[in-house]
Amino acid sequence: MAEAAGDIIAAPRQDGAPGLWGPMLRRLTADRGALLAAVLLLAIALACAAAPLYAVHVAQTDPFHSNINGEITIDGVQRPVIEANTEGLGLGQTPIGPTGRAQYLLGADSQGRDVAARLLYGGRASLLISAVATLLGMLLGGTLGIVAGYFGGVADAVLSRLLDVLWAFPVYLLAISMSIVAVGSGLHLGPLVIESSNPLLPALIIGLVGVPYVARPMRAQVRALRKSEFVLAAIGFGVPTPRILRVDILPNVSGTLLVLAPLLMAINMLTESALSFLSIGVQPPAASWGTIIQDGLALLYTRPLVALAPGVTIMLTVLSLNLLGEALRDALDPRLARRR
Amino acid sequence: MIRPLLARLAQMIFVMAGISVVTFAIFFATPGADPSARIAGRNASPETLAAVRLSFGLNRPLPVQYGLLMKRLFVTQDLTSFMNRGELVVPQIFAATPVTLSLVGGAALLWVGGALLFGVLAALRPGRMLDRGLMVLGLVGISMPVYWLGAVVNLVTQSRLHETWLFSWVPPLGYVAFADDPWGWFKVLLLPSFTLSVFYIGLYSRVLRSALIEAHQEDYIRTARAKGLSERRILLVHALRMSLVSVVTLFGLDFGALVGGGALLTEVVFGLPGIGKLTYDALQTLDLPVIMATVMYASFFVVAANALVDMLYAFIDPRVRDA
Repeated sequence: MAEAAGDIIAAPRQDGAPGLWGPMLRRLTADRGALLAAVLLLAIALACAAAPLYAVHVAQTDPFHSNINGEITIDGVQRPVIEANTEGLGLGQTPIGPTGRAQYLLGADSQGRDVAARLLYGGRASLLISAVATLLGMLLGGTLGIVAGYFGGVADAVLSRLLDVLWAFPVYLLAISMSIVAVGSGLHLGPLVIESSNPLLPALIIGLVGVPYVARPMRAQVRALRKSEFVLAAIGFGVPTPRILRVDILPNVSGTLLVLAPLLMAINMLTESALSFLSIGVQPPAASWGTIIQDGLALLYTRPLVALAPGVTIMLTVLSLNLLGEALRDALDPRLARRR
Repeated sequence: MIRPLLARLAQMIFVMAGISVVTFAIFFATPGADPSARIAGRNASPETLAAVRLSFGLNRPLPVQYGLLMKRLFVTQDLTSFMNRGELVVPQIFAATPVTLSLVGGAALLWVGGALLFGVLAALRPGRMLDRGLMVLGLVGISMPVYWLGAVVNLVTQSRLHETWLFSWVPPLGYVAFADDPWGWFKVLLLPSFTLSVFYIGLYSRVLRSALIEAHQEDYIRTARAKGLSERRILLVHALRMSLVSVVTLFGLDFGALVGGGALLTEVVFGLPGIGKLTYDALQTLDLPVIMATVMYASFFVVAANALVDMLYAFIDPRVRDA
């Protein structure tokens, strides 16, 4: 009986019916802004993935090794990477500026390291951490939201109160508290030890902080679905709960999850960069866009590009993610798009 | 009318208790290292460690430790920093509060004004050039790291264009108390407040615009049109009033993110000695008592502010007021 009921509920679509994803994809590809954002994101991700290739073959440098006494030949003239100041009192040093050639394309930082190569490596860390954090937040937040929304009762009461607390806790303060403890001594969960230099640590923390962003809308939507007639019918037919969750609930919330993913990743990226800027995210000698900006602040007035370049890349990435999220939302709900 | 207020108050107290437990658990019960070593900071002597263990009751059960910490934070207020050799933490927080409040207050003014202006301008003619331009600008605003924007502002106003008439008035980084020099206070806070407000101007003008356009499809707008009111009056009086309700809700929530996040980063970049700068300096030296205290006080402030906004909300929205 249960089998038959499941078949009725999951009745195959008639041929020619549009479904959810087909028109969505068509609307999405018709949106020039969304296409541009997707292409830009892909380009940034590919460039960052190719960081080791760039460092070895183009810039011919190790961007994690300081090169204070290094020299570079420009137009046949040997110049030190870190030059002593000649203006004013001749005190202090200034790293070489943008050279416009393969080596030190964007200049050097205060330790004589190639800024362009570090930018690509930093992007790898930033993208990886925010992507893993997003995955984690979606999985954990989605599960919590579905459990709270579907089962209700005690589970919902406990989870909702917990989410209330997490939601009211200012994101950065929560992340700072967890990060400072983790940076000091790493994380020891029984046999599992995560060193403080492991980039998984900030990803874990940012993922946890993002849970309420996903869990709250999920809970609300699943709660409404739980009361809808087709779910009540499935329960009445005795369809097992896991099957209801898989066949009736998950497909109906997948659109929301899809929209949330890029928007959450945009927030995560800003959080990651802020934590790294506060020196409690990615730990040296590794770099992320946030740590490069922090390094560059000391050179802000002499070599502004060191701090400016990673900010521009963060902005472009986050902007693309936001654009993509909005386009997805409009594509899934054309009613909303017309209203805008 | 009284019951919902009491319920909100009870919820506020519950959330505060929850936050204090979570913070306590993070600092004292995270598996990994001895909490006394964390609190005492790097390379602490055995004597310091013993003193920390005694003063935080680390040899006693966790609930007792929690009670002791709360007492030292909020009742006796004698929590001390171990990096700065026994300096009291809580008075430092109170000394830093006016700086943060000045910054955040200024930003809130700018952002509400800016969002109203841009949101209404964009909603006047949806889909036109002005609307699209403003909305893309808003999206750019919410995509920039606030500390980076601060660095760009500094680069322009402190260095590159500082000699020109445009920015020659910009004072050096730092803070001037209102009581000492009101004009200097204003000048020193203008650019940091602007920097802090950019994200929220972007966010709120977008939200306000959507709410305004949505409101235009409501029945009461049709009624207002039927009465023969001018389009301007309909937009500014009828639609705007209803749309503000959704903005006020957001305001309460975002105030939190502001005090506990954006303001922290802005203070660091502009060298403003507020609560955020206090936290940042403590982060650099791993001075945990200071971080614990600032996190706890700032979160409580945020939760209280949220509750206050929610209660005000009850007065604005007749549907809530009469419920």
